[in-house]
Amino acid sequence: MINISEVLETNKMIEQENLDVRTITLGISLLDCIASDLETLKKNIYNKITSTAKDLVSTGQAIEAQYGIPIVNKRISVTPIGLVGGAACKTPGDYVELAMVLDRAAEIVGVNFLGGFSALVSKGITRSDELLMRAIPRALSRTERVCSSVNVGSTKTGIDMDAVRLMGEIIKETAELTKDKDSLGCAKLVVFCNAPDDNPFMAGAFHGVTEGDAVINVGVSGPGVVKTALSKVRGENFEVLCETIKKTAFKVTRVGQLVAQEASRRLGIPFGIIDLSLAPTPAVGDSVAEILEEIGLEYAGAPGTTAALALLNDQVKKGGVMASSYVGGLSGAFIPVSEDQGMIHAVQAGALTLEKLEAMTCVCSVGLDMIAIPGDTKEATISGIIADEMAIGMVNQKTTAVRLIPVIGKGVGDMVEFGGLLGYAPVMPVNPYSCDRFVNRGGRIPAPIHSFKN
Amino acid sequence: MNKFIITVVGHDAVGIIAKVCAYLAENQVNILDISQTIVNGYFNMMMIVDAAKTEDITDMSGDLEKLGEDIGVIIRCQHEDIFNMMHRV
Repeated sequence: MINISEVLETNKMIEQENLDVRTITLGISLLDCIASDLETLKKNIYNKITSTAKDLVSTGQAIEAQYGIPIVNKRISVTPIGLVGGAACKTPGDYVELAMVLDRAAEIVGVNFLGGFSALVSKGITRSDELLMRAIPRALSRTERVCSSVNVGSTKTGIDMDAVRLMGEIIKETAELTKDKDSLGCAKLVVFCNAPDDNPFMAGAFHGVTEGDAVINVGVSGPGVVKTALSKVRGENFEVLCETIKKTAFKVTRVGQLVAQEASRRLGIPFGIIDLSLAPTPAVGDSVAEILEEIGLEYAGAPGTTAALALLNDQVKKGGVMASSYVGGLSGAFIPVSEDQGMIHAVQAGALTLEKLEAMTCVCSVGLDMIAIPGDTKEATISGIIADEMAIGMVNQKTTAVRLIPVIGKGVGDMVEFGGLLGYAPVMPVNPYSCDRFVNRGGRIPAPIHSFKN
Repeated sequence: MNKFIITVVGHDAVGIIAKVCAYLAENQVNILDISQTIVNGYFNMMMIVDAAKTEDITDMSGDLEKLGEDIGVIIRCQHEDIFNMMHRV
């Protein structure tokens, strides 16, 4: 039988170390909503989302009460809209209207974000995809809850450099259209390589085409729990360090498994995966950078950071895999800057640069995330940064992503406030040298040799 | 059986267990086990209860939380599965 020390340990994790279920994300397929008439399509999408997700928020709250574990967000991901809108949307403006329908549906069911205003263009861009991509800036400036992502490359297909070039422009335009809110629109826009179909975390969540009609994916978090556990093994060797991370990750993931099973049972929707990601928040003690410090670095970004992050990411996965039959999504450690107090401090201290962050993305679970850069950064430079990050993902057969915020009207060292879970960030310097001729070549970068496994 | 774990944490005082037990008795909740310890001067109690006859767990959690506020302690009520999942393979 459960003993009192185990109960107290669990409750200490929840109350003092910010253990929570970060999100229950309901994936909804919109493929059966497709119509050639825009008004019919809008109605179909609205009805499908509001009927499938009508009990999502109340169910989440009931599970919170049952287990005494906070479920911070209830969210929705939908089929990439670039696949859904093709028959009906003739202009970017038509896609903006779809975004507004998604926003209204999200508001009605009470979720704070809905992901899937997305296009999958890793090998080529259809006309429909291009219209959607060109609609992104207006869609994000006119909606509150809609999140957008574009997959521009994969290990199997290579990188579509036309899409990379276009996304540099789209990010800049999104920044311009939302400049009165510190270019917040860009915080809801992710460019991916090897995007997973079942990621429950925003802003990059979408309901992949390989998925069923509806699915429950759960994201658990807990950087504070890992940090506290590691503070008890200071000075011990790597074996002890790794074992501690693994055990902690196991416990955290089990909570997610429980919540996911319960949500699935109550909603009558199949359980998809648990995504065990150490996802920091701006709250003190909920930081991945502080874990790196606890492992033995003065600041995140110091020499040794990439190695420390690599072992952290790997041990989190190993602990998580044992705890759930279906682990998926991104599962590992996120390293956003603005959402992590320790990362912000490291940038302010001059310990952490964009280049070091890029190196860290080779071994973290995602990529360059929530990084504020000067508002006058050129489109081609942003495309160059995206291309570098996509290449890391393509060659290493992992997911990589870019979520950069060129903050219009701000320069290096200025602070940017995004608010809430998105946090705040100092604007970081970008390498000033040009990559225009590289980005403007056009075409595709071929898939790497090790992708040919057939 | 629908087992829940009730924990009470706070400064020790007269009648904490009595008040919690009275609420549980009134609401047809059966107590299966009680253990208690004092850690750093703080009163820590854990009860395992069977709430098979309770219809709305959200209400019970809310009532107990409020009772805790009245007594000046923190009372939580959680389904046992969260602890079983975390601490048992």
